[in-house]
Amino acid sequence: MKIYLSNQGNLRNFRGFVESLDLSNPDFLSISTHDKWVTVHPANLVLTAALAMQIGKDNVEIVGNVPDTGIYLDRMGLYDLTKTPSPFAYNKKEEAGRFVPIKVIKTADDQSRFITDIIPLLHLSEENTTVIKYVIGELVRNVLEHSFSKDGAVVAAQYYKKTNRVSIGICDTGIGVWRSMQTYWHPKTDIEALRLALTPGITGTTRKEGGTSENAGAGLFFIKSIAKITRNYFAIYSGHAEYTLLKHDKRLKGMPRLYADPNRDPHNSTDNAPIFNGTLVAVDISLDETTEFNDLLSSIGNVYDKAIRERKKGKYREPRFV
Amino acid sequence: MKKTILMRKLIGEFAENKDIAKKVRIEQVMPELSKGNEIILDFNGVNGATQSFIHALVSDPIREFRGIAFDNLAYKNANDNIREIISIVYRYMQESLEDDDNDSDLKAL
Repeated sequence: MKIYLSNQGNLRNFRGFVESLDLSNPDFLSISTHDKWVTVHPANLVLTAALAMQIGKDNVEIVGNVPDTGIYLDRMGLYDLTKTPSPFAYNKKEEAGRFVPIKVIKTADDQSRFITDIIPLLHLSEENTTVIKYVIGELVRNVLEHSFSKDGAVVAAQYYKKTNRVSIGICDTGIGVWRSMQTYWHPKTDIEALRLALTPGITGTTRKEGGTSENAGAGLFFIKSIAKITRNYFAIYSGHAEYTLLKHDKRLKGMPRLYADPNRDPHNSTDNAPIFNGTLVAVDISLDETTEFNDLLSSIGNVYDKAIRERKKGKYREPRFV
Repeated sequence: MKKTILMRKLIGEFAENKDIAKKVRIEQVMPELSKGNEIILDFNGVNGATQSFIHALVSDPIREFRGIAFDNLAYKNANDNIREIISIVYRYMQESLEDDDNDSDLKAL
């Protein structure tokens, strides 16, 4: 496998990152970077980390000329997952700041500890912390419940002061979305599976409206909606499919409209990406754009209700006119 | 009889651990509702909750006990975010209960 970390590693360019992946020869991973500047979104980082963990550090190396900005890869813990020693020398204590380096979460207790102990490292206000805890709490739980990954959820996050934005990436090397949707929904393709997973009220655990006692099929829809309302990107990659919610145009006033069908959102998607056996979810949240969190939840909840009502209507029998 | 469950002691400041939600539901909420007792879930000191957590806590009681759950399950000291999430779960569960009713009516016919 070969992964190239470019100088444009943000979610806007996520599709390009995915298309550049070479996931053949799965026993060895070679990581290279742009030779002058490297910019890495947590999404790109956790995907790289998850694959590295899967095959073991002896089979992973960072090759080529890594620029000074590659120190970020060390700070985030990527070098620890490879056999390549870090060329960077710095005082790690000084670097403690507004990021969450690569962490692995394998149990619900790990998750609770992560949310209690690690997220405060981002030094956010209480209201903003709630949003981030919400997003990470839902996404990690999805991995623990649905991915059947032996390596758990790989998580990283970064706060960008200049844009007042938090970027989050969560990745697993489990069964992927297509397989988790098979029992009840039988999607034909990976992209159809992603569409189902993003549709409110659809869960891989039942076809029943309202879900089971444990699952309602709301998690990913809520997270995608939080990204949309805060006018930012959301991306998901599993199997051959990749879907990126595009940033809502800032010139359009008012709260962005939410849709139950992810295909109605401005997005790009493909069902021809290099096959990734697992799931990656990434989201950017602009804290300047976060309205009161309960207003945001209320808007998302209304769309969720409407989606259930519409689906119920779809089940009504039509009169037979002969 | 009335029983109060102090959520902060069980889940800390942020309610996201569905395993704990499930445990509270199975060991405390369902048994009390089945006896016709009132339960108060006190969120004092809890800053937020995920929809998944609230769903795991109350969706089954609503589905099982319906009117008894609506009458006997109450929430105290829930902040605006938690109230909103509880309200969302109540709304979609009631939508889905109608669906269950329609299904069983059709089966009866």
